[in-house]
Amino acid sequence: MDWFRKSKDGLVSQQKKEIPDGLWTKCKGCGEVIYSKILEEQLWVCPNCNYHFRINATKIISLLLDDGQLETYDDNLSSLDPLSFRDSKKYTDRIKASQQKTGMKDGLISGLGTIDGLPVSFAVMDFAFMGGSMGSVVGEKIARTIERAIEREIPLVIVSCSGGARMQEGILSLMQMAKTSALLAVLAKKKMPYISILTNPTTAGVMASYASLGDIIIAEPKALLGFAGPRVIQQTIGQDLPEGFQSSEFFMEHGFLDVISERKDLRRNLSLCLQYTYDKPVNG
Amino acid sequence: MIDGPYLEFEKPIMELQKKISDMKEFSRVEDIELDSEIKSMEGKLKKMQDSIFAKLTRWQRVQLARHPKRPYTLDYIDLITTDFVELHGDRCFADDNAMVGGFAKLDGRPVLILGQQKGRNTKSKLYRNFGMANPEGYRKALRLMQMASKFNRPIIILIDTPGAFPGIGAEERGQAESIARNLREMTNLEVPIIITIIGEGASGGALGIGLGDRVFMLENSWYSVISPEGCAAILWRDAAKAPDAAEALKLTAPDVDKLDLIDGIIPEPECGAHMDPSLAAEKLKKQILIALDELDPMTPEELILHRIEKYRKMGVYTT
Ligand SMILES: [Zn+2]
Repeated sequence: MDWFRKSKDGLVSQQKKEIPDGLWTKCKGCGEVIYSKILEEQLWVCPNCNYHFRINATKIISLLLDDGQLETYDDNLSSLDPLSFRDSKKYTDRIKASQQKTGMKDGLISGLGTIDGLPVSFAVMDFAFMGGSMGSVVGEKIARTIERAIEREIPLVIVSCSGGARMQEGILSLMQMAKTSALLAVLAKKKMPYISILTNPTTAGVMASYASLGDIIIAEPKALLGFAGPRVIQQTIGQDLPEGFQSSEFFMEHGFLDVISERKDLRRNLSLCLQYTYDKPVNG
Repeated sequence: MIDGPYLEFEKPIMELQKKISDMKEFSRVEDIELDSEIKSMEGKLKKMQDSIFAKLTRWQRVQLARHPKRPYTLDYIDLITTDFVELHGDRCFADDNAMVGGFAKLDGRPVLILGQQKGRNTKSKLYRNFGMANPEGYRKALRLMQMASKFNRPIIILIDTPGAFPGIGAEERGQAESIARNLREMTNLEVPIIITIIGEGASGGALGIGLGDRVFMLENSWYSVISPEGCAAILWRDAAKAPDAAEALKLTAPDVDKLDLIDGIIPEPECGAHMDPSLAAEKLKKQILIALDELDPMTPEELILHRIEKYRKMGVYTT
């Protein structure tokens, strides 16, 4: 069993080392150039326009879990190449490149932690690993995360960030949607809460399976959410898409989200939702 | 010359034949001797025909699955059942004509049968939205399936879709949610669910009615995480590379069977189901009846448990 420990302070100081003094970041929301140190203090939210920069799985863990700690499981699960898939690059090379870039075996960190003292089975996707795409490893780790919630009778929290199923594993990736959703049916029968958190972007196969099945669904502001990609829709219907189409706010307006939460409030909102849906056993 | 309707994968043959006849015409009109060129092209034509018919490529299978004369869901319902009563609507927003379903008798036995429906001419293609369901289609399907479970009728599903519809309204009404909900709720249905991919099985649009106890594929159907065109547009940045994507995706019935994700391949008549729809339907019906016999003795609890275990096992990885 591997332990993943990083206090909030630890993480911040580590980031400071990574970012040389005087480095500036251009905001994708408003185009403003912002001092990275400020951005980091603001949890990577633009102080000017509230644009939520995408953050990696490690940062999400330190943001949401008590002491920024997650006891991680299944860290060594790794993709094979069952289709011997090759487009312009070999799938195995893409995997290797993503592993080197992220230091992860695949695009998801999962395990057990607590949120304001409440135990949770937790998983968070990382977009940096092949666009957060779901292949066999991501599907299996999600499945095991759901099973840990079922076995221990604790809540489930999944933070999604994904362009959908991983094409390079073909039909096997599609079946991960069925696998994870079938296990969520078991969790629901156990009456254990599942809080699904959607970050930018959460689309396609992930959105059409576990990401949409939370008892409570929380999204960050202005995340891209949906089934089909905006470009595909535009090409299909041959007209321009309305402004704000497929944003968190659009999803809220149409009744598919419970809460839109700014990053600074995310931990509190998650904690409250857990308290309202779960009673910790007295001896637990 | 091949006359009349022809298979999509015969198109290059048709084109080459056209070129040859054009060249002959050019040679005649301009009085230029092109015999050796024509002979070489005719040789090429022969080779092309041989290679296509000797062994179908994955892309050709995809095109067979899309053949305009291929039997569709309502054709099979007509051929394998009697007394079909179509039931409409999701009780919420609309009736989706891309998804059809209702009760019918299979060898006299009441079943629920449903699936995506394509159209054959321009008007009916539009009416059926090219077999691409909107959220109300998936919700109608779930409503009918839950009713079948309530009244203890087995569920027969025929899948044939190029995908769930990618449109503004579909997103507004929760396309992703409707598919996700179906996956979770189909897990809980207390009756046998027997699924067959009869043509195209594209992505979440297929899987949205595709979780069950037995999954079969017709010999020339395909089942994939994404259509070859969609995959090519993303990974090759060129939708015209769809044939390459079809090869890479390993989406044919033998491919998917090899990955152990289906329960069997249903053979088609020679040269495809459209050559003899009645025979194709007979083979389909036979397999469905075998599966029903196998599943009949199981209790609802056993069905659900086995169903979960079936999908739980899917995935290839190393620890
Ligand atoms: Zn900004």
